Amino acid sequence: MSLKAIALGLLATSALAGAAVAQDTIKIGVSIPAATHGFMGGLNWHAAEAEKRLEAANPNIDLIIVTADGPADQASDLEDLVSVHQIQALVVLPFESEPLTEPVRAVADTGAFITVVDRGLTDPSIQDVYVSGNNTEMGVNSAEYMKTRLGEGDNIVILRGIPTVLDTERFDAFMGAMEGTGINVLDNKFANWNRDDGFEVMQDFLARFPDIDGVWAQDDDITLGVVEAIKQAGRESEMFVVGGAGMKEIVKGVMDGDPLVPVDVLYPPAQIATAMDVTVNHFISNGPVTGSYILGSPLITQENAEQFYFPDSPF
Amino acid sequence: MSVAAHETGKPSKGFRIDLKTAGPLVALIVLCILGYLLNPAFLNEGNITNILTRSAFIGIIAVGATFVITAGGIDLSVGSMAAFIAGVMIIIMNSAVDTFGVSIWTVVLGCGSSLILGIGAGFINGFLNTKAKIEAFIVTLGTMGIYRSLVTYFADGGTLSLNNGARDIYRPVYYESFLRIPIPVWVFIAVAIIGWVLMNRTAFGRYCMAIGSNEHVARYSAIKVDRVKTATYILQGLCVSLATIIYVPRLGSASSATGVLWELEAIAAVIIGGTMLKGGFGRIGGTVIGALILTSIGNILNLTEIISNYLNGAVQGVIIVAAVYLQRGSLRTGRKKSAE
Repeated sequence: MSLKAIALGLLATSALAGAAVAQDTIKIGVSIPAATHGFMGGLNWHAAEAEKRLEAANPNIDLIIVTADGPADQASDLEDLVSVHQIQALVVLPFESEPLTEPVRAVADTGAFITVVDRGLTDPSIQDVYVSGNNTEMGVNSAEYMKTRLGEGDNIVILRGIPTVLDTERFDAFMGAMEGTGINVLDNKFANWNRDDGFEVMQDFLARFPDIDGVWAQDDDITLGVVEAIKQAGRESEMFVVGGAGMKEIVKGVMDGDPLVPVDVLYPPAQIATAMDVTVNHFISNGPVTGSYILGSPLITQENAEQFYFPDSPF
Repeated sequence: MSVAAHETGKPSKGFRIDLKTAGPLVALIVLCILGYLLNPAFLNEGNITNILTRSAFIGIIAVGATFVITAGGIDLSVGSMAAFIAGVMIIIMNSAVDTFGVSIWTVVLGCGSSLILGIGAGFINGFLNTKAKIEAFIVTLGTMGIYRSLVTYFADGGTLSLNNGARDIYRPVYYESFLRIPIPVWVFIAVAIIGWVLMNRTAFGRYCMAIGSNEHVARYSAIKVDRVKTATYILQGLCVSLATIIYVPRLGSASSATGVLWELEAIAAVIIGGTMLKGGFGRIGGTVIGALILTSIGNILNLTEIISNYLNGAVQGVIIVAAVYLQRGSLRTGRKKSAE
């Protein structure tokens, strides 16, 4: 049923894109990475939801979502959005900052309104609006929670994401906030934002360290692997895990009071919706919208989990 | 060239095979000593069990890949195929729970569908390669993209998760042990033994080597080349399906991130083990050791703090190249001796 709906949706979008649209329609291109990872799957879902909602509310707005498999692919997408669709505004989540800066500048040179999401460009003067999660706050909030549960002499291990600026920001912020607490960080390893790697890296940590009190997994996909490894070793009662992002399974667990994963730290996949809202507002609002919108990374606890729970999202 | 290697390998089976086995085995032993020196926890029973269990996925797939590569083909689709099969298995089991309820039959149905999908996917690769005459590299590059997209589509860009009840029944397939050896390792052992027998003691194995050495000669020798080549891809699909059957109960989920780069790991395991990439000569025992080497590298890197996290890929690359060099070195001395 839902598959059919998506197929129909795709057909409708491409039909719309092909057809000549009335002159006063405002076309907004949305260029995002393809759904190749849980978080991006969630982001794609939120983009599609926002498109439905915004187009229903504003008949003169036409949002065109395109997804790319890599930086080069995304650069081509941007060219198509300009030449084929002649967009008046662009919402872009760049695959990588460096290689996409010039392609986005080329879009800006056509006079389009530019909204950049999450990963910034190397030249911020190109963008009119910047919407982002907060990696630093994510790291700090995770550390702050660790501090409420642990004290001097306790041990934690860290599973990091993929070596990127984003990961380094989170990690450095976390380590900064942990300084001087006397909590030992035994080691950190990359688990590539992937549950299989999370499982294997955690198995190895468990084989290596007999005493672990807390795990910072930084990402909910990794968290799922970590939880299985801990259960396999039968050490659920010794430690707890702090993940990140806001995957629905994890948020549900927090809601239900899972002692192994008591909290989560938000890094909202819905930020793309915020960016699309702000961009549409540029055309329909009578107030200014330019500037930076840095979304919070609050701690998701049993008390507030419900407001971060999207059961229909794939993530 | 590969014909020569094949022929010199044949007559003096006794000690020549020992020489050839030595390369990868030496590499594995050196790696184990290194692992122990870096962290004595490496040789803990628990850690060894972890390494063996993890090797099972890549190892089982690599046994299938050994046949494909020996017969002169290549299969790039195995990682995506594993993700696709895992995804469809989960969908089938979840809907079976709705009709049959949570029972052992749900899991049996899932495993059965996995076998059918694996065989079917292998047949498609083999058929397109032999009958439609499309290069194996291109066929499997195509199916690789198709399977990866399909699992992303089925999962709606997110993750397919197995029903919790079905998961509880299925879980032991990965987590339980028999005679203190985990079930996945038993499956790996069984697949390796059957693979070894097929490769070294049956006409099918000899045909694979003959086709990989020289397809035209094999054809003139009345070997049914197309049929044998298709069979290697079907065997590969079967191996992927078996690997998936023991993979799904581990995390009970499949997503577009499942099985990424497994094809390269499987090919690496095959080559480290001494099978020739251009075909004509296959070694199942070497493939098993190759899979163990690959898994051990990752494990050792996780057990030490000495090497920067950023250099993990470099260390893996160096060890893979070194292992293959050792292997080639022993081949060369073996050939020199036979010339003398």
